[in-house]
Amino acid sequence: MSDQNSLSRRAALTKIAFAFNAVVGAVLAVPVIGYLLSPMVRARKNGYSSWFALGDVTKFPAGQTRLATYRNPISNAWDGQTADIACWVRNIDGSQFQVFAVNCAHLGCPVRWFPQSGLFMCPCHGGAYYEDGSRASGPPERGLFTYNHKIEKGELWIDAGSLPTPGGSAFNILNNGKRCA
Amino acid sequence: MRLISQIGEWFDARLQIAADLRETMDHPVPKSAASWFYVFGSGALVIFGLQVVTGILLALLYVPSAGEAWNSLQALNHNVTMGWFLRGMHGWGSNFMVAIVLLHMVQVFLFGAYKFPRELTWVVGICLLLMTLGMAFTGQVLRFDQDAYWGLGIGASIASRVPIMGPQIVHLMLGGPIIAGATLSRFFALHVFVIPGTLIGLVGLHLLMVLKLGINEWPMPGRVVRRATYLKEYKELVHNDGEPFVPYAIWKDVFFAGILIACVVLCAAYFGPFGPTGRPDPTNIQAIPRPDYFFLWLYALLALLPPEMETPALLIGPVVVLGGLLLMPFFFGEGEKSWKRRPVAVISVLLIAVALGTFTHLSSYTPWSPIMDAWSGDPIPPSDLAHRSALERQGALVFQQKQCHNCHSLGNEGGMRGPALDSVATRLTQDQLIRQVIQGGGNMPAYGKNLSPAQTTALVAFLETLRPEGQAPARNAALADEGTASAPASAATPKK
Repeated sequence: MSDQNSLSRRAALTKIAFAFNAVVGAVLAVPVIGYLLSPMVRARKNGYSSWFALGDVTKFPAGQTRLATYRNPISNAWDGQTADIACWVRNIDGSQFQVFAVNCAHLGCPVRWFPQSGLFMCPCHGGAYYEDGSRASGPPERGLFTYNHKIEKGELWIDAGSLPTPGGSAFNILNNGKRCA
Repeated sequence: MRLISQIGEWFDARLQIAADLRETMDHPVPKSAASWFYVFGSGALVIFGLQVVTGILLALLYVPSAGEAWNSLQALNHNVTMGWFLRGMHGWGSNFMVAIVLLHMVQVFLFGAYKFPRELTWVVGICLLLMTLGMAFTGQVLRFDQDAYWGLGIGASIASRVPIMGPQIVHLMLGGPIIAGATLSRFFALHVFVIPGTLIGLVGLHLLMVLKLGINEWPMPGRVVRRATYLKEYKELVHNDGEPFVPYAIWKDVFFAGILIACVVLCAAYFGPFGPTGRPDPTNIQAIPRPDYFFLWLYALLALLPPEMETPALLIGPVVVLGGLLLMPFFFGEGEKSWKRRPVAVISVLLIAVALGTFTHLSSYTPWSPIMDAWSGDPIPPSDLAHRSALERQGALVFQQKQCHNCHSLGNEGGMRGPALDSVATRLTQDQLIRQVIQGGGNMPAYGKNLSPAQTTALVAFLETLRPEGQAPARNAALADEGTASAPASAATPKK
């Protein structure tokens, strides 16, 4: 066997060795990528929202808008207070309700309800909304995010569970057709 | 002495590093480069080292758990010996690092140091800038308080605007459906492992290139960079007018390092640590979130951009800026280095500095935001009531109650979201005032549904009194006759 032959044999073995590692790497990449993308995959498969009761309807007097809080349906023991979420509940006339996310539709800061002027105002960039959640002024391009709701056995239920964001398509649909389940 | 050198030789026989070290120390630098303007790069490295040390010290006690992080920061501030000081060092160190990195970048840009053959050094430098800002943002998140919580919400809202992939990116960023434990854990991993690891690697590369290519010479007007001749010219310059880096140039770097660390120590000792502000409790909606100072300009920009421009600006803007910065050395890799012959470069730097400075200044008093503590509970200032009819006083009450003060100031008190109303009666007629109050417009909400006709009448009567003495009220020019007849009359003229 000449030197050249043995060299090319070694070169071929090196190539095979690298190819073998590439295969191992590709197989290894599957669980790693699956692990990294799990929050996305879970959102698509099961969704993050679910129905739960906010409490007795009598907690929300007619004609008023009040803050309600709930423990997020999906949470971990170590989430602490961060899994306690707030929403604004508006009882329009005793039978009709609206439930808004506290997150401004601009960049998510917490909007506050001012009953005297009948406005939701945002402390960050100056967004303002009317009592029905529609946009009044400022940078938001749309009204407040609304949650689907229903009344069952005297309790107000909402369909919630994830942080509403301006790009979240689900919330855009919700806001247009205020449908009740 | 003999023993020390013998030990040294023993190690070097095994490490084989002394020759390389000596070469590095002795590498010649142009005499002109031994300048106080050339200390920012090493300064940034020193602060980075300081951040690593103080960061590790904080990590000995910090708990990266959404439920406990805030408590562990409180313990660091109050219960642990000198914990407050180390938090101060790390917080102030981050401010200094951002500032020094930016200064370094401006100096490199104005001295034309990004030109041939140092294009890649610049590109790596831009990556280092991004990593530094990444450290600043993730660090603000680890200070897990109200600002961090809502800051993450703002980040998520921006990310969600990416077309198609937006919501998925948000879930990836948050590690779940909401800002919670998984979010803090991944930002901890980014801040403590991923970004610093990348930073260390890139700093090494950056430094290696500075050593291999030589430090940029002091730019002289007329000494033009050409790809064909530069390397030879630089070699000659260093040969004829160069000195070894140690000790000719390094003493300034060492001095600057001492000054920087002393400044961080003084700031930490005098001003103390940053926060944490209120607990990261999403149900406490009294929060008024604010970013750290290096992102204040962005805070202002997001408030001032027209709504329809915001998403394109947020998504395209960074790509354009980043692309421009990365490609710049490839388009302007030759030519004049001196700022004296590069007016566009100087004006660009000044323009960007003034713009960022102005936005940052605006963010210190956020004129675009209503003031959130309403005046509705306060007594009405006597000046709003004096010399006014009963109806006008009723209007002053409506003004106070309906939170008009949140956005409008009277006598320098109140928000700046809307115009000051001290002289509104000279600008708007009675009809215009009624229309503006009821229908809103020009960024003002409509109050038609929220005011009874009697309240509107009273409020407008009060607004009509708001004009400086001696200035005529606004009048409808189309009704010329009536205008001349009624203009000098009391502003509170009854309607019709």
